[in-house]
Amino acid sequence: MATVQRTYEPQFSDRFYLPAVVRGLWMTFVRIFRRKDTIPYPDRKYVPADGYRGLQRLNKDAEGRIKCVACEMCQTACPAHCITIVPSPAPWDEGEERYPVQFDIDLLRCIFCGFCELACPKEAIELTEIYDYASYTRDDLIINMEGLLKVYDVTSQGNIYKRQNEGESITIDTGKL
Amino acid sequence: MSGFDIAAALVKVLLVFGVTMLTIMLMTLAERRVSAFMQYRLGPNRVGFGGLLQPLADGLKFLLKEDIIPTQANRPIYLLAPVIVMVPALMTMAVIPFGAPLQIGEHLVPLQVADLNIGVLYILALTSVGVYGLVLAGWGSGSKYPLLGGLRASAQLISYELAMGLSIIGVVMLTGGLTFGEIIAYQQETGWNIWKQPLAALIFLIAIFAETNRLPFDLTEAEQELVGGYHTEYSSLKFAMFYLSEYANMITASAFMVSLFFGGWDVPFVDELAMGGWGVALSVLAFVVKVGFFLFLYIWVRWTFPRFRYDQLMRLGWKVLLPLALVNVVLTGFWLVWRAGA
Repeated sequence: MATVQRTYEPQFSDRFYLPAVVRGLWMTFVRIFRRKDTIPYPDRKYVPADGYRGLQRLNKDAEGRIKCVACEMCQTACPAHCITIVPSPAPWDEGEERYPVQFDIDLLRCIFCGFCELACPKEAIELTEIYDYASYTRDDLIINMEGLLKVYDVTSQGNIYKRQNEGESITIDTGKL
Repeated sequence: MSGFDIAAALVKVLLVFGVTMLTIMLMTLAERRVSAFMQYRLGPNRVGFGGLLQPLADGLKFLLKEDIIPTQANRPIYLLAPVIVMVPALMTMAVIPFGAPLQIGEHLVPLQVADLNIGVLYILALTSVGVYGLVLAGWGSGSKYPLLGGLRASAQLISYELAMGLSIIGVVMLTGGLTFGEIIAYQQETGWNIWKQPLAALIFLIAIFAETNRLPFDLTEAEQELVGGYHTEYSSLKFAMFYLSEYANMITASAFMVSLFFGGWDVPFVDELAMGGWGVALSVLAFVVKVGFFLFLYIWVRWTFPRFRYDQLMRLGWKVLLPLALVNVVLTGFWLVWRAGA
């Protein structure tokens, strides 16, 4: 048989309950005036911490060319099989010899594990802080190379939510994402 | 009855009805906003200024919802139940005086729709009729959880009406009358009843929480146990009627509480009757503030205390409140006899 161990033996005065009731009421009343945790979303946005894993981007090098060499390491590392890469010889003379002609990420499949980022030997693919993208169709949520490069343009100057909260007008226009 | 009296009565009816409906709307908003504040949230603040139009949006939503009648339901009873709940809830406000009598020309208009000579009993009777609606809703739905909710409503009614009635008896004994006019006049002369009947006031306060099915006594709709209680099977406007009548009952109960124990529209140390129009305005304001406090208390308590278990509720009703109310009646009786002898 189990025995109940009481750490506090109720006194006779506790059996009136009213002091406890008043204390409870006071507790909830004081909380009315505390600072609220709610972020009024479209007006102010939650700013994720550095290292947040959101929407991907494809980085550009100093000349504005895509850093990716289409080695397909990320495609191999991806546990969700959401990356599709079609490589091709690079059109430029100097620099890398390969580049992708197609680089699609199926965002509905992506689990935002960040393995692509880790696998990449060129630091070409990165996960950004962007969390609020949504769409009405599945097709819209397959982001292509053009879109990923546009995400780089938007996010390369610092956390976009911090900038939006400071009043800067930024729209994530990645076309068909 | 002269034309003036009829006109005055009509205006008062419309005023009381309108203000009650408006207060219900504000209460649905206040409930959500206050609960949000207590939980560090903001609540609905987008529709209108500070969310003031949210109740309208809610009402529109209710209107546009599909109205489902379950095939297992007993149709006449199922359809009648919301009406039985709603009508008495709105009728009870009729006997509550909400201000000092207003002098218009040579007419003295009491700010009260009807000064029944059994005003107190009238409210007790009508609030009990409202519970029939809950029981019928539970039974007529033809579903087990609403039925349990309805059963609980009837059990709760019996265990709390007694204590509630007995707590009022103390006040009635002091006053010697059952009309609200007499009760308030008595309190104006000798001070609020809360100072003379604190125990009765406390019992009454607890009992009206049970009466209006509000937390911590909302066993009839305990959603964790009974899905939603008596209104589980109701949707659209019929659900809205249950919802509205819950708030209407809260308003009535608060006004009842204020009239019995907190002097109604009386402002302490002020003679409203001698001040003319301003006195009337002041008295109405006092009434609104007092009722507003108790409405806030309803919300406040709801978001502070957990629900009572069924047996705890029964024990509290029968073994604590009822004996205490009886003791209060006896003590009041002794005091009256002692005062008459002295």
